[in-house]
Amino acid sequence: MKIKEYLINVKSGKTSAVKNTKSILNEIKKINKDYNYFNNITENLALELAEKADKNPRGKLAGLPVSIKDDICVKGVETTCSSNILRGYKPIFNATVVKRLIDEGAVIIGKTNQDAFGFGSFNINTDYEIPKNPYDKTRVTGGSSGGAAGFTALTEFPHVAIGESTGGSIAAPCSFCGVQGLTPTYGAVSRYGLIDYSNSLDKLGVISKNIEDLEIVFGVIRGHDLRDSTSLNKELSKENSVKKIGLIKETLGIDPKIRDIVLKKLDESGIKYEKISLPLASKYSLASYYIIAMSEASTNLNKYCGMRYGQEEKLNLPYNEYFSETRTKYFNKETKRRIILGTFARMAGYRDAFYLKAMKVRTLIIEEYKAAFKKYDLLVSPTMPIVAPKFSEVDKLSPVENYMMDVMTVGPNLAGLPHLSLNAGNFNKMPVGIMFIGNHLDEKKLLNIGKKYGI
Amino acid sequence: MRIDKKILQDVANNARIRLNKEEEEELLGQLNDVLKIFSRLSEANTDKIEPSFQPIEVKNVFRQDVVKPCKEDVLANIKNKEDGYFKGPKAL
Repeated sequence: MKIKEYLINVKSGKTSAVKNTKSILNEIKKINKDYNYFNNITENLALELAEKADKNPRGKLAGLPVSIKDDICVKGVETTCSSNILRGYKPIFNATVVKRLIDEGAVIIGKTNQDAFGFGSFNINTDYEIPKNPYDKTRVTGGSSGGAAGFTALTEFPHVAIGESTGGSIAAPCSFCGVQGLTPTYGAVSRYGLIDYSNSLDKLGVISKNIEDLEIVFGVIRGHDLRDSTSLNKELSKENSVKKIGLIKETLGIDPKIRDIVLKKLDESGIKYEKISLPLASKYSLASYYIIAMSEASTNLNKYCGMRYGQEEKLNLPYNEYFSETRTKYFNKETKRRIILGTFARMAGYRDAFYLKAMKVRTLIIEEYKAAFKKYDLLVSPTMPIVAPKFSEVDKLSPVENYMMDVMTVGPNLAGLPHLSLNAGNFNKMPVGIMFIGNHLDEKKLLNIGKKYGI
Repeated sequence: MRIDKKILQDVANNARIRLNKEEEEELLGQLNDVLKIFSRLSEANTDKIEPSFQPIEVKNVFRQDVVKPCKEDVLANIKNKEDGYFKGPKAL
């Protein structure tokens, strides 16, 4: 059922939000035994919010079950980013997105699994149990918002997931799990209460089964927020017509069978398109992205040192050893790798060659995209170069091969461009994603194309 | 450019992360592979190009720095505390 119909039924009293919430909570518990999509099921909070919705169903989302990625703060609810170091941390405030959802009557059902701190493309770097692909339990969900996308695919109930993307963490799991995901323009949705991975890249977004659901929830969470100093104080562009699309040539060198599924889907839109080359974005996005992301992450994660919140140790250790002890004990391998690479890229003597250079290359890449948008309403590419791989295949990948998986998604993320991943079809029974990219604040064009497909 | 053992130890020490010998060996290879990708950027001509610290122009938001009582809340997430303060390891 689309959420619009469900919301009308709650408003009219035809459907009980409490009854629906109990049913979806039961479903989560059942699914979670096999799939590990939730780190934390917020049963008490959900029922409390559902009762409120039934008593006063005036909010735009009254009674709607919404899941929240575990890097987003929910007051009084354990929020860990799927990391061991934050086990037990219960935020003393709601993220702006959560507050806006609750103010409109949404029912928060739980915190979804992710790669710890968002560090991964397959959701295997979680400190919790690893989530499994809804189509094949021997395969990954994609990451880092894997729990959000996996549960969205499997649930029978009206539900929307809030995810977060730094370099493709919404698009990638949506592609692998066959659901739809909008990563908005940088700053269009408040980051207040998001546990930072990389401040100049992080964006909260929406994952859903269909575009209509996605649009309703995006409408509630977006908009300026004084509590986020990087929040945009601008409206979305009104223009929503899509007349011409640029197909990014450099993204087509993948398995021809996957490529053809994407091209067939593009043909279905009936919109004129032509191939376009983005040489700078194609050559430099991955390097620029990872330098910026790891540099910013390494500073952000300095705060996890066994004081103020998160895991702590006995205080009898010498000053520096105390911090090293806590961080060494509780950070996982990938987290340590990224902190070390990021710290290196920012160190005296290397900073200009890496960090500053990456920021300058980002300017070139943004300019290249902007020039393309003078000619095209949207750009398009496959979302991922592959379908969801098996756990046994991922285990063999080196860190570099892991990072290469983000080759399609890092460009728009680096440039802060909104992008929408839609299910394009299946290859060997596994979902394939198509990704439309818009200019800054052109979300309406993206939503329009999703509706054109009737998704 | 290569990361050698000395650089790795310095960086890890700065980041307050301890590595054992095995981890050092494993990381050295991996980090140098990643560094090769990073080094691609040196081919890009960025003369007279300004860095983009944000992907889109954002303006700073300022507000009055008004203190509100919140001490109990702030201390709620930790065991190492005393007399309304966080407690850390001895600095001296």
